[in-house]
Amino acid sequence: MNDAIISANKLTRIFGNFTAVDGISFEVYKGEVFGFLGANGAGKTTAMRILCGLLSPSSGSASVCGYDVYRQSEQIKMNIGYMSQRFSLFDDLSVWDNISFYAGIYQMTSAQIKQAGTKILHELELDTYKRRLVGSLPLGWKQKLAFAIAIIHRPQLVFLDEPTGGVDPITRRAFWDMIYQAAAEGITVFVTTHYLDEAEYCDRISIMVKGKIGALGTPKELKAAYHTDSIYNVILSLARGDES
Amino acid sequence: MQSFISAKNLSKSYGDTLALDDVSFQVYPNEIVGFIGPDGSGKSTLFQILTTLLIPDSGSATIAGFDTGRDFPKIRSSIGYMPGRFSLYPDLSVEENLRFFANIFGSSIEENYEMIKGVYTLLAPFAKRKAGALSGGMKQKLALCCALIHKPLVLFLDEPTTGVDAVSRTEFWDNLVQIRDGGIPIVVSTPYMDEATRCDRVAMIYGGKIMQMDTPEYIIANYQGSLLAIRTQERYLAKQLLSQIKGIDSVFTFGDAIHISLPERTEPIIDEIDAVLQRELSSTYSITEILPNFEDCFLQFMRQKSHE
Repeated sequence: MNDAIISANKLTRIFGNFTAVDGISFEVYKGEVFGFLGANGAGKTTAMRILCGLLSPSSGSASVCGYDVYRQSEQIKMNIGYMSQRFSLFDDLSVWDNISFYAGIYQMTSAQIKQAGTKILHELELDTYKRRLVGSLPLGWKQKLAFAIAIIHRPQLVFLDEPTGGVDPITRRAFWDMIYQAAAEGITVFVTTHYLDEAEYCDRISIMVKGKIGALGTPKELKAAYHTDSIYNVILSLARGDES
Repeated sequence: MQSFISAKNLSKSYGDTLALDDVSFQVYPNEIVGFIGPDGSGKSTLFQILTTLLIPDSGSATIAGFDTGRDFPKIRSSIGYMPGRFSLYPDLSVEENLRFFANIFGSSIEENYEMIKGVYTLLAPFAKRKAGALSGGMKQKLALCCALIHKPLVLFLDEPTTGVDAVSRTEFWDNLVQIRDGGIPIVVSTPYMDEATRCDRVAMIYGGKIMQMDTPEYIIANYQGSLLAIRTQERYLAKQLLSQIKGIDSVFTFGDAIHISLPERTEPIIDEIDAVLQRELSSTYSITEILPNFEDCFLQFMRQKSHE
């Protein structure tokens, strides 16, 4: 069961004289929903960019889906899905054009695109919106569509960077139902969020503090270790410990 | 008490989309009023009208007695506004941004340093760093300083904490409370339900309408029905089972628990819930009656609105 799909060993990234990621070592197991938490500026984005094959580490090693982050970044990109809050879809393209554009990038055939795209439209009840510009859709719909597109090529692993920022509380929960469905279908989910109730929905979470992993475990384990009943207090203790 | 901001029947459409639908409210001196609602609910449109950047299709608003249409120059020089998107100069340093904003309002950092002292102390170590290179929480603190440096009569903050981590959000709200206590009323919008309780009054905004506006305590005390929390390791199975029980208003996940809203607390329904969980779950669980939080209230309002 404990097959690692991400394996990082003393992973480090230095920008000038600033160490953004400072020797982190951890594993993400196949099929789990892994929450990647931490304060702004703690190094989450840098770590995530390395794991997505977008940035080379300064030292240390990591493998993602069995590929090396230094030498095989292109293979990593083909085997993962990625979705961010800020940029995920083209507002000026229709729903269908966004679907076929991303599917095309992942080298899916026209027949595959047609089949997978129709399935997405059906599941998200977007059939009548196929030709609508994505920019005209409500944010909640966009985010659900972006997620469906991020996994259209059935990747082994998907990275979600603050996927629910600004979304209403009902859609936020619907989004997590989609995450669980993807996980049930065997896709490993690596997700960042600032909503701490969502941290509880993850199988395991890690909390980054100033470039290092301050804590890692199931939400229950972390709360027990810090003698508290909330993840917020875990994060606060970590932040305070860091200051003293 | 005389109101400081007064909005009457404000409406605004973009093409076919009604962004703001007949919105009226008052803001009084010395209060923090929060507009709580998801993206696309009309918050930013409302803020742009109040800050004179957008003209409503109908309705009117006054700030400190000035009309947002006719008296816009007076309003612009006397308010502080922090727009939703980061809008400082990324190529200027922290200090240069601050100096720039002080200067365009005919002021200086030195003259009004007292205004920003509380927040700026945290920023001072980065005074020479370019604004574009700051972390999210620090950028928000700088933007707040820039909105405050000319000693405004009122602050408008449009989603100042979006994308900001939980601990920085708490610090940011501590700053807002200090600013209010210093005599500046604050109108703030947020998609984070937990920030509602830091406001003196909140307006729940959804679909361009204010669903309710009151103190958070009043809104929470007036939750309709009763609320149970279920805790189990088999959360998703439990959620599916509970959704099928008749007589339950709603079932939502809430962190490590599931919240069940009941029209009223009766023994038969609780017995039924207990019986279903007892039969279907393989591990232990707990059922406790709890008080609603603000997000529970918001979910209830959204549900009622969608049933209208």
